[in-house]
Amino acid sequence: MSNAQDFILAVEGLTVSFDGFKAVDDLSFYVDPQEIRVIIGPNGAGKTTVLDLICGKTRATEGSIKFRGRELTRMSEHAIVHAGVGRKFQNPSVFEDLTVFENLEISYPRGRSVFGALLFRRDKAVLDAVHETAATVFLSDHLDQPAGLLSHGQKQWLEIGMLLIQDPELLMLDEPVAGMSVAERRQTAELLRTITRQRSVIVIEHDMQFVEDIAHRVTVMHQGRMLAEGSLEHVKNDPRVVEVYLGHRESREEAAHA
Amino acid sequence: MTALRNLFSGREVLYFLLLAVLLVVVLPLALDAFRLNLTGKYLTFAFVALGLVLCWGYGGVLSLGQGVFFGLGGYCMAMFLKLEASDMASTARQTTPGIPDFMDWNQVTELPWFWEPFHSLTFTLLAVLVVPAVFAFVIGFAMFKRRVGGVYFAIITQAIATILTILIIGQQGYTGGANGMTDLRTLLGWDIRTDDAKQILYFLCVFLLLLCLVLAHLILRSKFGRILVAMRDREDRVRFSGYDVSGFKIFVFCLAGVFSAIGGAMFTLQVGFMSPSFVGIVPSIEMVIFCAVGGRLSLLGAVYGALIVNLAKTSFSESFPELWLYAMGALFIAVVLAFPNGLAGLYSRYLEPLLDRGWANVRSRAVAVPPAQEKTS
Ligand SMILES: Nc1ncnc2c1ncn2[C@@H]1O[C@H](COP(=O)(O)OP(=O)(O)O)[C@@H](O)[C@H]1O
Ligand SMILES: [Mg+2]
Repeated sequence: MSNAQDFILAVEGLTVSFDGFKAVDDLSFYVDPQEIRVIIGPNGAGKTTVLDLICGKTRATEGSIKFRGRELTRMSEHAIVHAGVGRKFQNPSVFEDLTVFENLEISYPRGRSVFGALLFRRDKAVLDAVHETAATVFLSDHLDQPAGLLSHGQKQWLEIGMLLIQDPELLMLDEPVAGMSVAERRQTAELLRTITRQRSVIVIEHDMQFVEDIAHRVTVMHQGRMLAEGSLEHVKNDPRVVEVYLGHRESREEAAHA
Repeated sequence: MTALRNLFSGREVLYFLLLAVLLVVVLPLALDAFRLNLTGKYLTFAFVALGLVLCWGYGGVLSLGQGVFFGLGGYCMAMFLKLEASDMASTARQTTPGIPDFMDWNQVTELPWFWEPFHSLTFTLLAVLVVPAVFAFVIGFAMFKRRVGGVYFAIITQAIATILTILIIGQQGYTGGANGMTDLRTLLGWDIRTDDAKQILYFLCVFLLLLCLVLAHLILRSKFGRILVAMRDREDRVRFSGYDVSGFKIFVFCLAGVFSAIGGAMFTLQVGFMSPSFVGIVPSIEMVIFCAVGGRLSLLGAVYGALIVNLAKTSFSESFPELWLYAMGALFIAVVLAFPNGLAGLYSRYLEPLLDRGWANVRSRAVAVPPAQEKTS
């Protein structure tokens, strides 16, 4: 096999079975430094589960996940974060009882131990990082608002901001524009274009326009396995992909527009 | 100065001072020695309720076994006092003089090894803090590292409370059994049974309680406090923000245990005995009720909750002793269903806006007063 050191992320033979049902089945793929990889596939294909496996939320039954040469499959969740992997969940996952400011501050990568948190000081570096991040994710005017009062789209942005302030080397985003209005979608696409520079990104997304805009390479999943991989142009013309995914999507979208 | 102002808002200081004045000035002046001692006893439960505000209210970790820690603190203190009360002169008529009376009754002929260090007050005071902390750490480590939480954790703490009660009652020769450790007399020769001593102990209790309140406030004000809230809300997100959630739960559980133990030690000193009836499930649940009634998100509420519920308990059980358990259960259900934030929640929802409006009126009138008039006053 290829030398795992060249890749920022090397997933090999990854399998997870839930009571015998293989949600991810012998999956292998490699992500280069600075690459933006998009994973597409029908609902239930196992896309979210792949991110769960990488960030440690779910434990692999078999296979290996190497991040910059370090095996992640046996590391605890917070250690994976410390190693430089950040993850956004499919449903916005923010601390609703805390303000936008506090949400971002908690995500700032300092004072993460018990005593570190007790002695944490809100100094200039923290304030600057929080304000800068808030500006990036369009939430400067909402810093003192409880996150629970934000709109759905704003919560998505806040969660993206919480990842940004962690400054991860590998950013994983699960359907970042799902449930957003058209205007919010455009703003988010713009946002993602700026924040995905300088780091590797794995994005799960259904919005084809969006995929076309940002993807370097696309991985198509179906029933836990990889169906096709390559440039968007390449996978779009793969008859199997059209069969299980794109064909259905187009007919569904037509139905939705009708 | 600005640093201080960031840590305590004006209103928080005001409420804290009001409580301090109530406990330090008003109650000692208004109550006779007996009632003041009773209040001091109630306040020892406020330590437990305070710990529960941190652990349960903020951290979302409900322990139904805080009596264990209250008991550990109380028993550590009682062991010291019991040894002091068991000097050769007062135990001369025993088969084995120089050991606590209940040991002698149970045919124990030698002071058990774990009793030895309790001859030292320094050791005892350290033990009051360290024993419950270590015990809480072991429980917390075993549970939270395995991600046992919620109802399961609550049930396990109940089981531990039951086991400890059975152990204390069963090992009569070492613990005094169901009667507990009674007939405690002096602390380094100072008779703790006199009215004067009880008054001093009351003030000591209040002082320690206020200290714990400030400490708890500072902890909630730190990022630690916000992480507790975040954890209660979305534990997973806290993990994926790079925090080891179990460490935070263990710490807050230990802290709640230590607070309870200080309360237990102060109980022993003020009431003059310690018994397993403060360790088991029923007292542990009562302690949760003090916290819930006061408002589980309010540190000061914990103190008022402990005072008010205990006052109700005393007056109620004087007239209908057998009904108290039912009344308490009803109270708990009522609070949980109707006022989830307890008295503190009712206060900030209904009373505080009224007071604010009144205050604003007073102010606007004060501003309307011509400056000349103000000078004459
Ligand atoms: N923790 C779990 N336990 C059991 N089944 C699961 C679990 N997580 C995911 N699955 C199943 O795995 C399959 C893949 O789910 P998912 O990864 O969420 O798909 P996608 O994100 O591609 O829509 C689904 O059939 C889902 O029901
Ligand atoms: Mg999904």
